Amino acid sequence: MRFMEFCGGHTVTIFRYGIRQVLPPAIEMVSGPGCPVCVTANADLDKAIALAQIPDVIIATFGDMLKVPGSYSSLQKMKADGADVRVVYSTMDALNLAETTPDKSVIFLGIGFETTAPTIAVSILQAEEKGIDNYYVLSLHKLCPPVIRAILDSGEVKLDGLVCPGHVSAIIGSHPWEFITRDYGIPCVISGFEPLDILQCVDMLVAQVENGESRVEIAYRRGVRPEGNQQALRLMEQVFQPCPAQWRGMGEVADSGLKLREEYRRYDAELAFDIDISQSCEPAGCICGDILRGVKTPADCRLFGNACTPEYPVGPCMVSSEGSCSAYYHYGGDFGG
Amino acid sequence: MCLAIPALIKLIEDKEADVEIGGISRRISLWLTPEAKVGDYVLVHTGYAINVLDQEEAEETLTLLREIAVMDEEEG
Repeated sequence: MRFMEFCGGHTVTIFRYGIRQVLPPAIEMVSGPGCPVCVTANADLDKAIALAQIPDVIIATFGDMLKVPGSYSSLQKMKADGADVRVVYSTMDALNLAETTPDKSVIFLGIGFETTAPTIAVSILQAEEKGIDNYYVLSLHKLCPPVIRAILDSGEVKLDGLVCPGHVSAIIGSHPWEFITRDYGIPCVISGFEPLDILQCVDMLVAQVENGESRVEIAYRRGVRPEGNQQALRLMEQVFQPCPAQWRGMGEVADSGLKLREEYRRYDAELAFDIDISQSCEPAGCICGDILRGVKTPADCRLFGNACTPEYPVGPCMVSSEGSCSAYYHYGGDFGG
Repeated sequence: MCLAIPALIKLIEDKEADVEIGGISRRISLWLTPEAKVGDYVLVHTGYAINVLDQEEAEETLTLLREIAVMDEEEG
């Protein structure tokens, strides 16, 4: 039986606690594309890096993005060269930064899935409420269900079950996963992030497979309700609308991104600033794209552990703490890889 | 990146709250969980409460986890 854990947070738990080793050999776990930093396309990273070079711009970003290499540079290198790049914990910090530095433009890098997008929607609504006009968002958000459909439609990976992301589901609920059980006959279980949560989830998936069932079950019942968080969904819907998005390794996936709605376009960094980027390119030899689709593992990469390490990452899956390459590097990936 | 951790709400002021996470106090936003009350556990993601934890479900899961831990020790 082959189960995919979509979420990078689950990948980390599985590796950190050696879950692949304790599962019977008949159960194979493969990692999916659930790491927002990892799936951000180089062309989008290049936009962020280009924005950092504009005078009087402060880039506010979650820390994971700093070291991710784009086609020619990274935010960390830009910062070393004098660009004003600040790591923030929350969009609230970015908004405070805009409020206290009115002579600069603060651009928040909007990276993340459905878990994070509502928090960015709130920051835009608060900017409007407080009349903060020097706050912008580069909206690179991604939506999870459409990319799962793209992976299943590609037919590259045969799956017997899906470990659905816990905190994405805290927002969207369990219903948006039902197409996987209905259209593809694949069992789905929404899991928490403790090692025993994962084992419980695997147990529930095995039970469904053995009984010939395919339905969406919530193992992470303390954090996820079937209807999700309606308030968060409302605010996300108010500020954003779906759009096509570029995914590393998967190319463009319809309706898998979020862009600002017409009435909030003045906060859109892509429209407010001239972004001048050259032709984007991928690092030679990097197979992050294949790893994100679950068709290869870091062990298949000739750069892994040699040319590409957490100190000197070539691809994003080595940079992000939730990337498969980082998990393999830190916890050892030879078991069940 | 979708990391979220449980925190106990100690004080609410307008749409913000002071929560305790592992003994440390922090201000968070309640924009996404207007129903949250003092004494609730919320899941906090990048400074925002994204859900109020279901206390009964949490206790049921914790009991289950404790039972498994006891079984482990007995078998251990």
